[in-house]
Amino acid sequence: MSIPIADHIREIPRSGIRDFFEIVQSMEDVVSLGIGEPDFATPWHIREAAIFALERGRTGYTSNLGLPRLRRSISTYVKEHFGIRYEPLSEVLVTVGVSEAIDLALRAILNPGDGVLYHEPCYVSYAPTIVMARGEPQVIQTRDEDAFALRASDLEKAIRPNTRALMLNFPTNPTGATMSPEEMEKIAAVCVKHNLVVLSDEIYSELTFDGGTHTSIVTFPGMKERTVFLHGLSKAFAMTGWRIGFACAPAPLIEAMMKIHQYSILCASIMGQDAAIEALEHGETSVAAMRAEYQMRRNYIVSSLNEMGLDCRSPRGSFYVFPKITSTGLSSREFSMGLLNSKMVAVVPGTAFGKCGEGHVRCSFATGLEQIKVAMTRMAEYCSELRSA
Amino acid sequence: MALMCHWKDNIFAKIKSKSSGWRFQGKVSSARLPSWGALFMMRSMEEIIQLLQKNALMPRDEMARLLNKSKDEVEAAIAALEADGVILGYQPVLNREKWGTNTVTAVIEVKITPERDGGFDRIASRIAKFEEVKSCYLVSGGYDLLIVVEAPNLRAAASFVAEKLSTIDAVQSTATHFRLKTYKENGTFHHFEAASERLAVTP
Repeated sequence: MSIPIADHIREIPRSGIRDFFEIVQSMEDVVSLGIGEPDFATPWHIREAAIFALERGRTGYTSNLGLPRLRRSISTYVKEHFGIRYEPLSEVLVTVGVSEAIDLALRAILNPGDGVLYHEPCYVSYAPTIVMARGEPQVIQTRDEDAFALRASDLEKAIRPNTRALMLNFPTNPTGATMSPEEMEKIAAVCVKHNLVVLSDEIYSELTFDGGTHTSIVTFPGMKERTVFLHGLSKAFAMTGWRIGFACAPAPLIEAMMKIHQYSILCASIMGQDAAIEALEHGETSVAAMRAEYQMRRNYIVSSLNEMGLDCRSPRGSFYVFPKITSTGLSSREFSMGLLNSKMVAVVPGTAFGKCGEGHVRCSFATGLEQIKVAMTRMAEYCSELRSA
Repeated sequence: MALMCHWKDNIFAKIKSKSSGWRFQGKVSSARLPSWGALFMMRSMEEIIQLLQKNALMPRDEMARLLNKSKDEVEAAIAALEADGVILGYQPVLNREKWGTNTVTAVIEVKITPERDGGFDRIASRIAKFEEVKSCYLVSGGYDLLIVVEAPNLRAAASFVAEKLSTIDAVQSTATHFRLKTYKENGTFHHFEAASERLAVTP
């Protein structure tokens, strides 16, 4: 007898990135630009604070919502960096990464069959998370010509009678897209007009380059009461493995999300929470240093890719570039497989992040400069071989 | 802003005259406050200095690529920093356990009597001129000079302290600490952390 799997789970397709990962895993000496996490270890002062907390025996459960001191730190941090004030004791929930927060928010707001809009190319887990919350994923394809930013008019066209919510992720994984405040304001107006709940995943917001600033959709009129602001420590503070994210939203929604969280997760790990306090309160300098390093690598990778004839925009946020590979005459997958097999360099086919990622590949510059240099040399060889073939 | 060191002003002036490569040429000479262009250039200078501190041998075209500048611009900036004495030299960071194992290094605390006219300067420079003295700092606290001495062996180090250093009139007392092991020097670790295992592809 085989154990029956629930229909809605069985129907979720395997992640394209996982297929690719398994091929890469089976090979040796691959230089990988396929990694969506910082190559830096968590800054020492943060690790040291966590060790200190462990030494003091801080190893128990915390409040379901998260340590009160961490929630106060989050509230202060969000006020300072995003200009929005949330009540630490009722409007902030500490979660196991932003992924959990997204799951909680969707489960808390959706009735079966409710539609959720999201923009592609995007992080691989959005559509499956919507399906697992019994919602209907409704995709908006963004365009290369807009640098994959979301057009308010495209959003409005995509809204259907059952649409309840919109998921946003700017700066975007995998495209590095950012939104101008003007266009974001229009998006906000559409959300107010159509009474949409907004889930805004702003995990890459600190990684904004060229002195640019990040504008959260929450700051526009009428948005705070309909937005779940989602953020975490993984990317900016190089803390992926600690699994600390958080959601800020109106108190009744936080209460509903907390209900799911307390019965399924109970609380995020206290070690991660203690480390997060140190990060948010004293991590500014470390973040700035890492940002400066990312910006230099971005400059390097963008100029190298353009020189080898792959049209590549310089992203203003995130740690990804999304060069166009159509000039080689190959599809994203063919290009990536060929590059992997002949030059041992791993990049992720754009199609892993949605149909409209076709013609692009994602290269992460959260990889040491030495690795990036090797990868760029090999990629340039690959491209010139393709052209002369 | 008025507190920014004058050397930066000098360097902007120099770059203006030496290189036509810089796209932002602030007007600096007359004003005490650096202009926007000058501030922009100063940030570039900081970035270049940071890269040189990490690896002075980094090829200049690679540096240019990282900073979104031309190779000429980077070379002109470095030449200006050198000419102005901001960059005094470049040195390798040696692992002494692998090279020159017999050399001994000592950190010496020196108490001196300052002079009526020169304060500590004359005597400090007199001490600093000894070949054995690799670094010499005036410090606050329980003693006055902190010097780092390198000698081919223990006996040579001891004789330097006993015969050269302690015999200087102004030197009241010394306390010598020999180096046993180096963990970190000028920002470089001598014992490395194991690289963490990262997954090859993650979403």
